[in-house]
Amino acid sequence: MTELFGVPTQALFGQLLIGLINGAFYAMLSLGLAVIFGLLNIINFTHGAQYMMGAFCSYFLLQYAGVGYWWSLLLAPIVVGATGIVIERTMLARLYKLDHLYGLLLTFGLALVIQGLFTNYYGSSGLPYRIPEELTGGINLGFMFLPKYRAWVIVASIVICGATWYVIERTKLGSYLRAATENRALVQAFGINVPRMITLTYGFGVGLAAFAGVMAAPIYQVNPQMGANMIIVVFAVVVIGGMGSILGAIVTGFGLGVIEGLTKVFYPEASNTVIFLIMVIVLLIKPAGLFGKER
Amino acid sequence: MARSASAVIVETTPVAVAAGDAAVTASRERRRFAIATVVMAAAFAIAPHVGVYPVFLMKALCFALFACAFNLLIGFGGLLSFGHAMFLGTAGYVSAHAAKVWGAPPELAIAAGTAAAALLGVVAGALAIRRQGIYFAMITLAFAQMIFFFCLQAPFTHGEDGIQSVPRGRLFGFIDLSSTLAMYYVVLAIFLLAFLLIYRVIHSPFGQVLKAIKENEPRAISLGYDAERYKLLAFILSATLAGLAGATKAIVFQLASLTDVHWTMSGEVVLMTLLGGMGTIFGPVVGAFAIIGLENYLAGFGQWVTVITGAIFVVCVLAFRRGIVGELGAWWAGRRR
Repeated sequence: MTELFGVPTQALFGQLLIGLINGAFYAMLSLGLAVIFGLLNIINFTHGAQYMMGAFCSYFLLQYAGVGYWWSLLLAPIVVGATGIVIERTMLARLYKLDHLYGLLLTFGLALVIQGLFTNYYGSSGLPYRIPEELTGGINLGFMFLPKYRAWVIVASIVICGATWYVIERTKLGSYLRAATENRALVQAFGINVPRMITLTYGFGVGLAAFAGVMAAPIYQVNPQMGANMIIVVFAVVVIGGMGSILGAIVTGFGLGVIEGLTKVFYPEASNTVIFLIMVIVLLIKPAGLFGKER
Repeated sequence: MARSASAVIVETTPVAVAAGDAAVTASRERRRFAIATVVMAAAFAIAPHVGVYPVFLMKALCFALFACAFNLLIGFGGLLSFGHAMFLGTAGYVSAHAAKVWGAPPELAIAAGTAAAALLGVVAGALAIRRQGIYFAMITLAFAQMIFFFCLQAPFTHGEDGIQSVPRGRLFGFIDLSSTLAMYYVVLAIFLLAFLLIYRVIHSPFGQVLKAIKENEPRAISLGYDAERYKLLAFILSATLAGLAGATKAIVFQLASLTDVHWTMSGEVVLMTLLGGMGTIFGPVVGAFAIIGLENYLAGFGQWVTVITGAIFVVCVLAFRRGIVGELGAWWAGRRR
């Protein structure tokens, strides 16, 4: 067996792959958080629960309606995004004039309600979700075995992140969005319906979380608690990357996933805490985050 | 001391008449606080003799102290910490370890736990106050999660089992704490002392400056106050008192476990404070009793507790932001007018 840095290459590349997978989810979730934060100035604590709802939605679609993976990849984000829009219209919209911390508290409460309800009905053990047939099996790359589904997750999340970046940074719609982030009142004065844009942005961010949830279902199983621990790591990712740039969120997400994976190879005891340690170091050197701007 | 507190107000208030009014209101407020505190202390002293279960009271008092410590930071410093469980839990582990493994008497065990929380407060606070608002909340949360994983893996915490059957011992060598009633009065004394300390801090010049920073930080800085230092001190003080609650709790229940370092505990203390009334003195106490009572009542309903807790959060934020004590205070003030 070949070795690299005193570690069998199999293990090294295996963990690197797991790191990339985790990184893909960190990137998608922190991207959604960053988009929502940019316009609403709210940290969406419900994000983890909405990611979990995405996974459950695809499970329900398969179980009760016979709708397969590919359709639920489209439908689940729409359904969960719609619940997000309802939340925004009925609750979050009342809080914009108040201290931003109330948004955090409200979404935290909502996350508890949603997670509690799902745990009540589905227990805390995971429900299995089968990998779609087209993506079962894997490719032997010579130095490692690459399951097709995992390759798909990485590629798909890069495409989705790239598309989001493109829409926000390079299209007219995106320019409205960025302008409203800078100065809401002025954009409204130009006749653009900012409240509707805010609602749709929240729906989109939530949909992105649900999309990540559907992709995660075959890998991590469908579990009511799946988002709870994820969201805290994603918060640390957001602090490290800073909320300033979309690209920053994506790069930080993938990068930290890989670092976490590598830590599992070289010093497994620290694999759970390494992201938080990096956060501490970044705070000491660059408090605004790697890609953030001081506001 | 109290006079110099109002002196700070005089300095910043241009109208002297307003300052005179403020002094009258302050003395009236002080009297009202004294009466309310005596009533509260008397009620707690009698409670176990009129049929209230002392173990429940001790639990609620520990959480009330925890919530008061948290409220010092959010209600008077404007800093929302989402990781206060790390102080509660760490102090619990250290005091349980000291009492069980080192055989320390309870007063030293509690002191050791409190000191550990203070130390953690220095480190976490120095980092967290580098960012504000939402970032502050996220950083404290992430920090607490790091401590959680540390407690999960460190050998002395015994992972999922926690530190069990911690001896209560003899306080100062002669008060046997294995008697529930003796333990109860010790907890009550600790709570009341910490409660008075918090009141004193809030009404000291230090507390006034803290309030000024909360209201308008750039202005406080322009007046020459070192805002970072004040915030850090408030953070350390809050961490220390949260640690005192955790250390006491570990001795009372003879157990230190992962529940106390988990992020749900950080959320719970936010809820207690929010429900009781952020920035009010008695609010956290009321909130803690309400939530602990509710959990006691709903203990058999499993996950419904989480759902109801979350729902209370939502209702409080949407319709009830002043909390129980805050709403009562507003109603009282409105009626007098």
